[in-house]
Amino acid sequence: MDFDFTKQQKLARKIARNFAEKELEPFAQERDEKAEFPVEAVKKIAELGFMGITIPKEYGGCGLDTVTYVLIVEELARYCASTAIIVAVHNSVAAYPVYLLGTEAQKKKYLFDLASGKKLGAFALTEANAGSDPASIRTTAELKGENHVLNGVKTFITSGGTSDIVIVMASTDRSKRGRGITAFIVEKGIKGFTVGKKENKIGIRASDTCELIFENCVVPSENILGKPGGGLFAALKALSYGRIGVAAQALGVARCAMEECIKYSRERKQFGKQISDFQAIQWMIADMATEIEAARLLTLKAAGIKDEDRPFSAEDSMAKLYASEVAMRAATKAVQIHGGYGCMKDYKVERCFRDAKVIEIYEGTSEIQRLIIARSLLK
Amino acid sequence: MKGLKIIVAVKQVPGTDEVRTDPKTNSLIRQGVPGILNPEDRNAVEAALCLKEKHGAAVTALTMGPPEAGDVLEEVFAMGVDKGILLTDMAFAGSDTLITAFILSRAIIKSGRFDLILCGRHAIDGETAQVGPQIAGFMDLPQVTYAEEIVLEKGFITVRRDLEDCQEWVKVKLPAVVTVTSRINRPRYPSLYNVQTACDGSLLTTWGAEDLKVPASMLGLDASPTVIKKIFEPDHKKRGEIIPGDEKEMAASLIEKLKGVNVI
Repeated sequence: MDFDFTKQQKLARKIARNFAEKELEPFAQERDEKAEFPVEAVKKIAELGFMGITIPKEYGGCGLDTVTYVLIVEELARYCASTAIIVAVHNSVAAYPVYLLGTEAQKKKYLFDLASGKKLGAFALTEANAGSDPASIRTTAELKGENHVLNGVKTFITSGGTSDIVIVMASTDRSKRGRGITAFIVEKGIKGFTVGKKENKIGIRASDTCELIFENCVVPSENILGKPGGGLFAALKALSYGRIGVAAQALGVARCAMEECIKYSRERKQFGKQISDFQAIQWMIADMATEIEAARLLTLKAAGIKDEDRPFSAEDSMAKLYASEVAMRAATKAVQIHGGYGCMKDYKVERCFRDAKVIEIYEGTSEIQRLIIARSLLK
Repeated sequence: MKGLKIIVAVKQVPGTDEVRTDPKTNSLIRQGVPGILNPEDRNAVEAALCLKEKHGAAVTALTMGPPEAGDVLEEVFAMGVDKGILLTDMAFAGSDTLITAFILSRAIIKSGRFDLILCGRHAIDGETAQVGPQIAGFMDLPQVTYAEEIVLEKGFITVRRDLEDCQEWVKVKLPAVVTVTSRINRPRYPSLYNVQTACDGSLLTTWGAEDLKVPASMLGLDASPTVIKKIFEPDHKKRGEIIPGDEKEMAASLIEKLKGVNVI
């Protein structure tokens, strides 16, 4: 077992860290407060290859592995969790399923633009009454000639308002429930497809989360991604990769919380000494470091399994579950260590706390991850 | 002019926030300190890449140091540099600026034809600003230091230097050595697209003392004339002084104090 990263992995991590430190961190707080999408940063990041990290070079990507992807997303999230999720969602649940399941024609038409970041991708599965239970979606796609007509409303879609290409899950046969769900590649701007309400969230505020409305939206049937009725399979493949990205994002947030505590506890003095001299503080920081390291190993293991194309038993869910809960615990301790200041928006740990709560919920709640893990053991 | 060939000398230096010194050996403690690409060398790389984009050029980066110094070459490959030469050998260890410049100039000669050698003005560890000019000395080339703009035209470069009281334009025939400041440009970020090629070894050449055909007696600490008398960390405890009195008294007192420390 080799715990050292390759030269490529180290260099990619360095590139991501330098970029995030200089281009993301200085504006992260303001964008969070204004709930402002990082338009310029995403443009710059796309030029540097961040939107097609694991897509092979022949389709316009960088051809790097999933371990590298984890390192990159962690670095971005360390400085701006919102930008990290924009990048992660685009890579894992928008570009990746097109690469994995798309026809050559679909890859030519969509994958190059996605991998180069010329177009931003999103993934639309969740509905008001179908979150943890995706088989119960109500959006329908009815076959009419050479097209499908989509009707329904998707909710909480990351990059919903800013994306150009959306992978939409719709039911082509409701009687079959999960097996009647089909994935479609849908372009923004087509008739019958509008963006609804932009959500005002607790955290991850610079990433736009929107409602997508399909009203007699005509999509060519050639835009079916994978097989008709294979949508849930596509979704599960994409979400598995998505969970690894969100776990990496959680690592970045947890690390930010811990590093801010190390800095603050050395500066803050009470009872005539630095608070880092108090064991109560030391133990909290030691716990954060230990848990972050464990979460990182779990996440890297899931990434390694994906790179070797071995089947997951539930490592991707374990990584997402554990890393997101580690981020929440680390952020909670970080606010505690900062005391009153931790409750103020001037301090980064306040943002970490709000961001971590979102991470525990999206891409499958902790409870759904536990369900998946339990099923893998009890099947 | 045939295809322009540019050599950029780069150096791996310790990340500045974490530099510590060993008072016993008078040297920097490099162990456990992350190495970074010297900031103004990054500007030199950017200047080379800008010339490449405008006029077409082959850009080779050159560095000397322990094997880990190759990391900075990988980083500049990811910025778009075409090739790199790593000079690494135990015989090079402890070389001062003069011997370093000697080794670099031998490597430049061995690398073949070149038109322009670019260096950062100075490195943030030693802060000497000597290596660029010394390379020019060893190679008997014209040099322009502190460049803030470089314009290339028919076998010449015209370089802008911003001095304290004036702006100077210097026209030099190629080949020449130019050292650049951080104000010359805003370096691009390395690209993830280049990571695979940057790290697969295909762009890298490694040379030691034997490759340069230089006897060990002319290399390293023993051959270096520089002697470091003392190295110490600056005292951060010194605080500002508030000068009392009315405006005239304060001004007079300040002038006396500045005269006293030979500032005016």
